[in-house]
Amino acid sequence: MIEFLSVYGENWSTWQPPMVSAIWVTLALTFCAYILALAIGLLVALGRMSNSAMLRAICKGYVEFTRGVPTLVILFLIYFGLPGFGIVFDAFWAGVIGLGIGMGGYIAEVFRSGLQAIHFGQREAALAVGMTPFQSFRYIMLPLAIRIVLPPMLNMLILILKDSSLCALITAPELMLFAKDLASTTFLPMHLYLLVGVVYLALSLPMSLVARRVEARMQAGMSR
Amino acid sequence: MAEPLLKVENLHKSFGSLEVLKGIDLELAKGEKIALIGPSGCGKSTCLRCVNFLEIPNQGHIYLDGELFGQKKVGDQYSQMSEKELARQRATIGMVFQGFYLWPHLNVRDNVAIAQIKVNGMAKSEANDLAMDMLKKVHMDHKSEEFPERLSGGQQQRVAIARALAQRPKLLLFDEPTSALDPELVGEVLNTIHELADEGRAMMLVTHEIAFAREVADRVVFMDGGGIAEQGPAKDIIDNPQNPRLQSFLGQMLERN
Repeated sequence: MIEFLSVYGENWSTWQPPMVSAIWVTLALTFCAYILALAIGLLVALGRMSNSAMLRAICKGYVEFTRGVPTLVILFLIYFGLPGFGIVFDAFWAGVIGLGIGMGGYIAEVFRSGLQAIHFGQREAALAVGMTPFQSFRYIMLPLAIRIVLPPMLNMLILILKDSSLCALITAPELMLFAKDLASTTFLPMHLYLLVGVVYLALSLPMSLVARRVEARMQAGMSR
Repeated sequence: MAEPLLKVENLHKSFGSLEVLKGIDLELAKGEKIALIGPSGCGKSTCLRCVNFLEIPNQGHIYLDGELFGQKKVGDQYSQMSEKELARQRATIGMVFQGFYLWPHLNVRDNVAIAQIKVNGMAKSEANDLAMDMLKKVHMDHKSEEFPERLSGGQQQRVAIARALAQRPKLLLFDEPTSALDPELVGEVLNTIHELADEGRAMMLVTHEIAFAREVADRVVFMDGGGIAEQGPAKDIIDNPQNPRLQSFLGQMLERN
């Protein structure tokens, strides 16, 4: 055991600097992809509830696509497939777009369930005081939906953090690639994968703590 | 007779193949209070909801203060208004729902003030003052900082009434305002509506509270099967009904109470 741990001590000075920069890349990937997924998700959720049958069908198709196609396939399509059509993204942005698209469908479903959980009377009351449909969405429906979907949305953030490790396979310089590259040169895979496992856990734990807090507060608010 | 405040002309409304309103004609004078009564499914709520275009009529027209409501007329052609224009007209009619529908993310004062800020562009402090005045009217000013979830049904409905009053509406619509309340809470809401009626506000009230309708309304309209079966001064209609359907309806309502 001591022998196992002492390896970390011996290598820390060479492992630590690239690991820290890889952590920053992982965090940046996660947050950029999350913001993209939220934007896609909100638009698709609205599209699925629109009056236009075609828009509804397109958005439903998108949701089914992201449900059925693995994120890794989407990442490969973007990073390796699109350059064949002259569309080239670097590994980081290919990762952001792939993760964003992959998670956008799930986020759309969360938004949709949140909006549908609101009684239609809330919207009618907003229309009755003279709000336009847009104002009733902006000032009434959206704030209400966000209250409902906040806990599952925070869980989505954790899922994206974990899925960001897939971007190692398209060479985004993130945490998993750091471990993979180093493992292949040092022949210490157990040490390195254990290390990044702990780092992922350390990054996601505060997020899930916040999620649980928010959830408890929401439930307290609902049952008041 | 002076021009009516509200004129409902040949109103038809269907849901799919079900014709709910089969040609309603109705007028309401300034300051007049009418109660719509009738059995479930007779179309009284639908009629009320057509007045502010929460339901879009299939046929017929609504005029408020002489102005065509929810529609535009070009030549002889009627067409639907834009959402923006419709919203502006809706702001002049207050509506109180059976289910209250206060917005749970806003406190009581903001529930009353928000439309004045966001729709009418009123300054926040002015809207808050207005909200407090309206809450005083319904005796809810002491709860202005509370959130709706913490109020009883009767209190929520009184706040919903204040929200409608803050619109300084030409007309108030009440859609079964006490039907979702526990029996012991009905009184406080009816008292509030009674006080507003005494101020000479024009209102249209869908209700099952026959005694209340008799006391507060100037006129009672009995609807049956999507049409108006009988109407007249409240006391005449309720104490001395002519239509046999109305007689049996009132009989049932008396039995129930």
